Amino acid sequence: MIGTTRQAAAPARAAERARLALGRYRLVRHALGAAAALVALYALTSAVSPYRDLQIAQAAYLTCAVAGLTVLTGLGGQISLGHGAFMAVGAYTTALLLNHRSWPLAAVLAAAVVVTAAAGTAVGAVAARLHGPYLAGATLAFAVGLPGLANYEPLLDLLGGQNGLSVTPPVPPAALGETFPVERWQAWIACLGAVLTLFLLANLVRGRFGRTLRATRDDEIAAALHGVRVARVRIIATVVSAACAGLAGGLLAVATTLAAPGAFPLALSLQLIAAIIIGGLGSLAGAVWGALVLVFVPAWASDLAQSADLSHNIASNLPLALYGLVLIVVTLVFPRGIQGGLRAARTALARRRSPRDDAAHEEAAPHDTAARDTAVHGGDS
Amino acid sequence: MVRFVNLTLAGITSGMVFATVALALVLIWRSTRIVNFAQGGMLMVTTFLAWTVVDAGGSYWVALAAALASGLVLGAVIERVVIRPVEDKPPLNAVIVTLGLFVLLQAGAGMVWGDTPHSYPPAFGIRGLSVGGTRLLLSPNDLFVIGAVGAVMIALTVLFVRTDLGLRLRAAAFAPEIARLLGVRVGRMLTLGWALAALVGSLAGVLIAPSVFVGPTQFDAVLVFGFTAAVIGGLDSPVGAVVGGLLLGCALSYVSGYLSSDLVTLGALAALIAVLLVRPNGLFGATTGRRV
Amino acid sequence: MLEVKDLVVAYGAEPALDGVSLSVPDGALTAVLGANGAGKTTLLRTISGLLRPRSGTAALDGRDLTRLPAEEIVRLGVAHVPQSGGVITELTVEENLRLGGLWRWRRGDLARRIAAVYELFPPLADRRARAAAALSGGERQMLALGRALVAEPRLLLVDEPSLGLAPRVVAQIMAVLRRLCDDTGLTVLLVEQNARSALSVADRALVLSLGSVAVAGEAAALAADDRLRHAYLGF
Repeated sequence: MIGTTRQAAAPARAAERARLALGRYRLVRHALGAAAALVALYALTSAVSPYRDLQIAQAAYLTCAVAGLTVLTGLGGQISLGHGAFMAVGAYTTALLLNHRSWPLAAVLAAAVVVTAAAGTAVGAVAARLHGPYLAGATLAFAVGLPGLANYEPLLDLLGGQNGLSVTPPVPPAALGETFPVERWQAWIACLGAVLTLFLLANLVRGRFGRTLRATRDDEIAAALHGVRVARVRIIATVVSAACAGLAGGLLAVATTLAAPGAFPLALSLQLIAAIIIGGLGSLAGAVWGALVLVFVPAWASDLAQSADLSHNIASNLPLALYGLVLIVVTLVFPRGIQGGLRAARTALARRRSPRDDAAHEEAAPHDTAARDTAVHGGDS
Repeated sequence: MVRFVNLTLAGITSGMVFATVALALVLIWRSTRIVNFAQGGMLMVTTFLAWTVVDAGGSYWVALAAALASGLVLGAVIERVVIRPVEDKPPLNAVIVTLGLFVLLQAGAGMVWGDTPHSYPPAFGIRGLSVGGTRLLLSPNDLFVIGAVGAVMIALTVLFVRTDLGLRLRAAAFAPEIARLLGVRVGRMLTLGWALAALVGSLAGVLIAPSVFVGPTQFDAVLVFGFTAAVIGGLDSPVGAVVGGLLLGCALSYVSGYLSSDLVTLGALAALIAVLLVRPNGLFGATTGRRV
Repeated sequence: MLEVKDLVVAYGAEPALDGVSLSVPDGALTAVLGANGAGKTTLLRTISGLLRPRSGTAALDGRDLTRLPAEEIVRLGVAHVPQSGGVITELTVEENLRLGGLWRWRRGDLARRIAAVYELFPPLADRRARAAAALSGGERQMLALGRALVAEPRLLLVDEPSLGLAPRVVAQIMAVLRRLCDDTGLTVLLVEQNARSALSVADRALVLSLGSVAVAGEAAALAADDRLRHAYLGF
């Protein structure tokens, strides 16, 4: 008996070593990717106008929120229509701390993440019991209900009512020079936050937690039978996802120097859902695409409306109409989103080059399953 | 005491409207297992059409008829064009398509009618009735709202329970494959189900329009409350939709009257969570848990 | 006469039916036997239009059914009783029966046909206003059969009526199928895993194995062939 155990232990140890090596390799690869992204963003933000810098900042904080949501919905199969409300929690926490405490910005943002994660724990504990449309309903009510708190009489002084709280813009360090534009500094902060978020999430979803999470999505009962504590996994996913949205909200407050209820309408939550679908469900790279679409498609649409000299009614609604149209069209004809399309194109190219390499490419595309069969849990599936 | 009675009366009136929206959502959920987030957009568009009739000098009743007829057509067209392709896909696809539709309808209405809300006339007077010298929060128009919703509910019950068409509709909703084997043209039934739901929704739009005004985003809260009511009742149950609507209407009326009108949406959230924590499938939902 | 020719049906890459040909003569009871996964259910679902074959035909009196939707095939007189009956549990017994004849009969005719079903299956008559969910397994199978008969079909497809039922109830159901064949000239295609009870009432039988017809012949001859019984039928 003992002999066989020892014999079996050797390959197990080898496998463990290989797994660790792979994990370290993955960590290195992700770290290199993050560094490369930071260099590229440094070059980009330095080359463009302050107006573009602000757009980059916007895309960066939306990336945080979208990436967090794609972990919950894409990998965990739990829909949330309430992520805009988590952003509101992060933004208000940031604004309050910046206005009332002289903490360094990093500490303030960290606090925003912690507070939002706490809110996420509460929501997650409720949400883990719900599925499908019931979950959608609860999170929808959350998205619509929470911003209303700002107008509640006893909290009016603290939260600033409809006008919200204005935030003093962050001051770029003196070392960067007198003329350094504050917009670029805001873009840097937001981009750093986005890259950090993506780095952490990439390691999380490729590891054990990611596998467990996907297992609960694909077959809740089978996962439970394999000893996965489904409710706990879902709550953790909600907390992680909320924390990302909290950071996004904090960065929004820094970039727009404002936290107000008007910044967190139901439409924001719906846009975040739109972004994870358009980008490609369950893929972090897709989250970046989705965030870019959220920022640049409306900008492009309003440019278009201006140059085509459309009437005010049409011009102001064109971006919204485009969203709606893109959402429907992507879902009907292109259900794997931008990232899925890119990957398909790359695979097709590679296949043409070396027809025997298919297996390797399948290996390299673990997100594919997510795009294929992610579903809102429950219902009749 | 008078205050409580008044708040209850106001709650019943608004609850009837929530119940109507909830009923529209339940009809669609039962037949296609889709939560129709576009419902808010659909009833907004049909109410805008009614407003156009009123604005052009048409009578209230012509406008109402226009809203109902356009609802019927809009529901059928939407089911055929954008819902049919996602009916056999993962549920999230349908959620996204209806959300997309919601956004698209809102933008479209803004393009055609502008973003500024317009007022809408009530069918009857809105001065509260007096009983024994006390003025109640119940106007002739409120009575009309309650009566109209009640009539629609009775008509739907008769249709579903008493007629052959209703039997086909129910069979197609409960067991589409079996229904096909029994000669039911399930595709047509789904289209009809969406058309009926949109008709019911368009009634809710016209009834609530005098108090929320007519604009692209004016009906968002109605959708959220209708959805909340449907979820509270249990999405599978028309009776649950009505009970959920009335409960929610009263609860929100008390929150608004005794606490603050700014807390109404939070109150809806609290009511929803309280019900779902005790019964995750709603008050009238199946207790056996989900079918796997 | 139902004539199935070279039928190939596949879920994904793996074919469930791999070139099945068979003919079902009018007025007879034909049994399709075979183990789990032999493709029996797939065969019935393809004939009634729920599945599309990759190739091949299933023709009823010369008319190919494989291009028609299920709800039109019903209108040609084909009734399909799916596995475990497929009664709609949310509806009452009476509603289930009405649904079976709704496409064919006017009110008066429909009521007469339903009364005839109640005569055939008396337990259903006592429970006509109850939800079908309240029925026992045997009663559900009766309801499913009765519902198919309301429309007075020419061809009845029955999928494993014995599944999960007590032997006594199985014998009753088999006897009813035999009687329908003899008395009304109904053509029956019966799919069964329970070969012994199916062969006891069938005129002809064939054995499906791994997606194709392994043996076909008179039911009595098949039942008498020991080698065959051991190889395919397990009794």
